[in-house]
Amino acid sequence: MALLQIAEPGQSAAPHQHRLAVGIDLGTTNSLVAAVRSGVADTLADETGRHALASVVRFTQEGVQVGVEAERYSAQDPLNTVVSVKRFMGRSLDDIQAQDQSLPYQFSASTNGLPLFNTAGGQHNPIQISAEILRPLVERAEKTLGGTLEGVVITVPAYFDDAQRQGTKDAAGLLGVKVLRLLNEPTAAAIAYGLDSGQEGMIAIYDLGGGTFDISILRLNKGVFEVMATGGDSALGGDDFDHALAQHLQEHWQLSSLTAQERRALLIESRRVKEALTEDDSTLAHLQLADGRQLQQTVTKAQFDTLIEPFVKKTIASCRRALRDAGIKADEVLETVMVGGSTRVPLVRQRVAEFFGRPPLTSIDPDRVVAIGAAIQADILVGNKPDSDLLLLDVLPLSLGIETMGGLVEKVVSRNTTIPVARAQEFTTFKDGQTAMAFHVVQGERELVADCRSLARFTLKGIPPMAAGAAHIRVTFQVDADGLLSVTAMEKSSGVQVTIQVKPSFGLTDEEIGSMLKDSMAHAKEDIERRMAAEQQVEAARVLESLSAALAKDSDLLSAEEANAIEQGMAHLVQTAAQGDADAIEKAIEALDNASQTFAAKRMDNSIRLALKGQSVDNI
Amino acid sequence: MNYFELFSLSPVYDLDTALLAERYRDLQRTVHPDKFANASEQDKRIAVQRTAQVNDGYNTLKHPILRAEHMLSLKGIDLSHESTTVKDTQFLMQQMEWRESLEAIKHCDDPDKLIDQLHHSFADYREQITAQMSQLVGSDDQQALLDAADLIRKLKFMAKLQDELARAEDALF
Repeated sequence: MALLQIAEPGQSAAPHQHRLAVGIDLGTTNSLVAAVRSGVADTLADETGRHALASVVRFTQEGVQVGVEAERYSAQDPLNTVVSVKRFMGRSLDDIQAQDQSLPYQFSASTNGLPLFNTAGGQHNPIQISAEILRPLVERAEKTLGGTLEGVVITVPAYFDDAQRQGTKDAAGLLGVKVLRLLNEPTAAAIAYGLDSGQEGMIAIYDLGGGTFDISILRLNKGVFEVMATGGDSALGGDDFDHALAQHLQEHWQLSSLTAQERRALLIESRRVKEALTEDDSTLAHLQLADGRQLQQTVTKAQFDTLIEPFVKKTIASCRRALRDAGIKADEVLETVMVGGSTRVPLVRQRVAEFFGRPPLTSIDPDRVVAIGAAIQADILVGNKPDSDLLLLDVLPLSLGIETMGGLVEKVVSRNTTIPVARAQEFTTFKDGQTAMAFHVVQGERELVADCRSLARFTLKGIPPMAAGAAHIRVTFQVDADGLLSVTAMEKSSGVQVTIQVKPSFGLTDEEIGSMLKDSMAHAKEDIERRMAAEQQVEAARVLESLSAALAKDSDLLSAEEANAIEQGMAHLVQTAAQGDADAIEKAIEALDNASQTFAAKRMDNSIRLALKGQSVDNI
Repeated sequence: MNYFELFSLSPVYDLDTALLAERYRDLQRTVHPDKFANASEQDKRIAVQRTAQVNDGYNTLKHPILRAEHMLSLKGIDLSHESTTVKDTQFLMQQMEWRESLEAIKHCDDPDKLIDQLHHSFADYREQITAQMSQLVGSDDQQALLDAADLIRKLKFMAKLQDELARAEDALF
């Protein structure tokens, strides 16, 4: 028999219990996991003392290899060894192949155009492959910290669009890990630096990773990090430096065609040369061909700088735009923070210093600063620091719009709007008796649908039949704190809530995620049902706990009738949760949610009043 | 929704922006979804909705044009979906002149100088309009409010010009 936990009403059972949560930097080239232990945030090492996990996954008939073991095979077994999978996240196969034809993989397309990597270990999409990278990190954290994680904060480039963010979150979902927040990488870096140095003012974060570039302008004030503007390029990074150098060498050596192995070996050598040139003024590049020929060539720093200059210039142009969006000038920036391994390249540091007129901050390891910041945020979100003042206000990186007549985009929410955000638009029917309406949501800054990224298509169904133009359909686009979109719609005159089926253009549907979850579990159907019931029971406990606490504090906001309805709903939920039927628990939670909706809203408004209390309406 | 009430500020055009930013931070600390990371789904949902309102309110009150529009809408004049245009010919002539100057940036010998000049003229003109706005938009007289609406339309023209100037500046790099 389990022992009863005894606690005062309204208090949690173990007030001083430290909840386990980590920050994960799911990077293009390397991934890291970090945690706050005894008040200090740091990255966690594996058994061999290594912190960074190479973001490389190899699928063979024997199973899955991740990290350095997989990386070892990347040159000899490129077909089955996926590197830089982050660059494929949330993209269609068409997109990917249009951008780079020289990829050493065999692809097929899923029904909605997602790329599938055909490997000796089966077909895998980028979300599944990302989950394989997350898995050892989560295991490492649970082993090091000695318990099950209650949640994780995963970082994403600020410039990631909705499909890329959703894909990242789904990858964690496949492992059954709760994502407390998707955190923008630059914001994470600012947290790591901000708490150390206690800055107040404008900060620029220049983040050049393997495959992505982000620039963010943040205002720090009394613990609040407010993103003023963000920009960048989700397909620009240090990998481009490697490719440029590889292409240069290939042309110099007059190699018209390369095997997949040779191409991979050339890329690896190019990366080594790039890294050597951060210290030395010149270095020797080698390549062994399949026919046994040995090639070599001296590469100078000046040559390398010329090759990468166009990429660096592009990043500086993004910086200029971001400053303008933030409404400030370069000399108003107090500090510049450097993030990402590619900021070790001397030309990059030099150009950034020139543009902002001051040497950038580099005191925290640019490869680990993001994971460290994410760990600090995870520790706060999971509830270990209730008195923390830290708050992150992020912005939408790319405008959201809908397709209108003629393939044009009508903007619904413009970029750099602080999130969460909700915008309502009204639409009407153009035919008598029309009961459905189709929408196409896109993300991007261009005026033509064809130039933007397709996010989702959805159909509004169940519009009550009326004369053309008589129905007023109010569609609300809401973006949450993770930057993820949801859509609700309502016909105004009849009050009919319209159902929406969202079909993500380059992501997974709920059904697909469900079936992938089942695939990922080697066990029988009962196991899945048991797990779903357990998840609902956790949510039920959460609902009951927060409602009890709310009632203890704010019951005076309720009429006797409302209080009665809530108490009945709670009693019903307690009873249902004990029986362990997932569907029934979900329904009971929903019923209680409905009964307590007004109460929840009243409490929130009450706390708003309290927050501004004593600050009576000012007179100017 | 009256955003001045939400931020507990008196409904004037010449707003104390530092105070507005402070109230915004206080509200965010209360309603932001991150404060509800461990709460029930319902609390999270409400937190997202309220934070969206607070963000919208802050954005509206922060920007002079949106703030003026909001003040008018609270007095029953809605400009958000209107199609009325400015009829002041002198103003329109000035606009055309400025547009020609914008076009000239690409071809002229000293674009930086021209850009600087335009920045100054735009700022001066905006200041003129803003000086009149405060009194008109705060008035209860219907004619004064309609005049304020006209000023808002002019400010929108100026905002567009300012955007185009920034784009012309970008094109130089």
